[in-house]
Amino acid sequence: MPATTKTNSQLVVNGILNENPIFRLALSMCPAVGISTTVMNGLLLGIAVLFVQVFSSCTISVIRNFIHPKIRIPTYTLTIATWVTVIDLVLAAYMPAAYKEMGIFVKLIVAFAIITMRLEMFACKNSVPASFWDGVGMGLGFMFAMMTLGFVRELLGMGTLFGYDILGFKPLLFFVLPAAGFFCVGIMMAIYNYVELAYNRKKKG
Amino acid sequence: MKIFRREYLILSVLAVLGLILLGGCKQEHRFIKKTAFKDTNSIVIVFAGPVDEAWAQNTGNYSIYEKPDPDIKLKIGKVSVSPDKRTVVLTFEEDLNQDQPHILNISEIISEGKSLGTAFVKVKKLYFGYLFSILIGAMIINNFVFTKYLGLCVFFGTSQKKSTAVGMGITFTIVIVFSAMMAWFLYQFVLKPYRLDFLQIVVFIGLVSLSVQAVDTILRKLNPALFKAFGVYLVLVIANCIVIAVPLILADNEYNGWESLMLALGAGLGFLIALFLMSSVRERLDLANVPTTYRGLPIAFVVAGLFALAFMGFSGMSIF
Repeated sequence: MPATTKTNSQLVVNGILNENPIFRLALSMCPAVGISTTVMNGLLLGIAVLFVQVFSSCTISVIRNFIHPKIRIPTYTLTIATWVTVIDLVLAAYMPAAYKEMGIFVKLIVAFAIITMRLEMFACKNSVPASFWDGVGMGLGFMFAMMTLGFVRELLGMGTLFGYDILGFKPLLFFVLPAAGFFCVGIMMAIYNYVELAYNRKKKG
Repeated sequence: MKIFRREYLILSVLAVLGLILLGGCKQEHRFIKKTAFKDTNSIVIVFAGPVDEAWAQNTGNYSIYEKPDPDIKLKIGKVSVSPDKRTVVLTFEEDLNQDQPHILNISEIISEGKSLGTAFVKVKKLYFGYLFSILIGAMIINNFVFTKYLGLCVFFGTSQKKSTAVGMGITFTIVIVFSAMMAWFLYQFVLKPYRLDFLQIVVFIGLVSLSVQAVDTILRKLNPALFKAFGVYLVLVIANCIVIAVPLILADNEYNGWESLMLALGAGLGFLIALFLMSSVRERLDLANVPTTYRGLPIAFVVAGLFALAFMGFSGMSIF
């Protein structure tokens, strides 16, 4: 892929809609199923991923001319691991309660395929500003997906949003169960597919 | 050349065994011979010599807690000393959760007029039973895919055909046992003594890539046929969160060598089981008439959700 010709806003929108990491690219689905039980969890992990994605994209973009092609994957991994360590320590120090709830998933950001993939596909070929906006788009896309899932599951499961009582009753306790995460992701993917099919049909006819 | 190789092999096996034994039988206090759970709410302590009865009867000399919660001290209801004064039975007011190791702190042991100092002792269930329960726990009760939601990317990527699923599962098990043991060793003997815990993530991810590369090279030389069958999956293993989650769990729970081995083996076999189950269903799904919008991944997610519901039935199960 040559250097991108898209504008910054296009890059951001691309991450949220066309190439949404969870629903379209189907990458990093472990957190999408595992901890999307509340909007708050989704938001916090989204911020963590956004941070790691933006900073690793910028780092790789800065040093892209010095990386030998043969060792590029280990370089990406170590860069991501460094930034994950930073966010892990920051969260543990300033937000111990939320950190405990997210458990091992903060540390596991290091294994999220989406970040490595963006570094390989985009950051190592593009300038720093473009990589920055691409990172923002991907991070926001991830955050958007996590929050959508969290919204549906928290509202239907517990009748609350961000911990505030909205409905006053619990419609379907099933959605709080971890297994419901799989159903929610499946249904959301189907909705994205449906929209795409409908859009294409409209364009043709 | 051949003799050299065999010697290396024997040496390395001996070294691994020695390390594991070192982790397995650590002497905690020379005066305490044995500790064990009895019934549902008692702990038996066997001393090497007779202890002072007045000292032993004082409940204030013992404090005990479950290993994960050092703040919650358990209440001792009654202490009884055997006639030869070598065995003390502590009876608690409530039932003990015997799945957790307990830490028993005995202050100022007095025997024949002398003080022998304070002892910290770990009370655990029968060791082989405990190991077995870790294995089954990681494999089925806390299956990494269906109850902890890890490794999903690779799980959905390689569960389309049974042959692929089995190949991936076996390769994964080999790599995870290999890398988890190395991670355990490095954490216990390098990172912890030098207070480098915060480097966990960087070190473990490097170790995983390294062991994947090592398995790749070794397999290529030793068994080219096997390499031809399983080599393609090796690259995918790095992208799997389980392979990095297991070392982190080992480090968090301070497992020793045998326990780490069992957890890694359980995680690998559990992944194999999950892949096999899933691929069997997806082979059937190929023949079914699925709505267009649900084709491919969406329906696979719904099926995985059903499996996860089924696996919830195992939760709370205890083996021994």
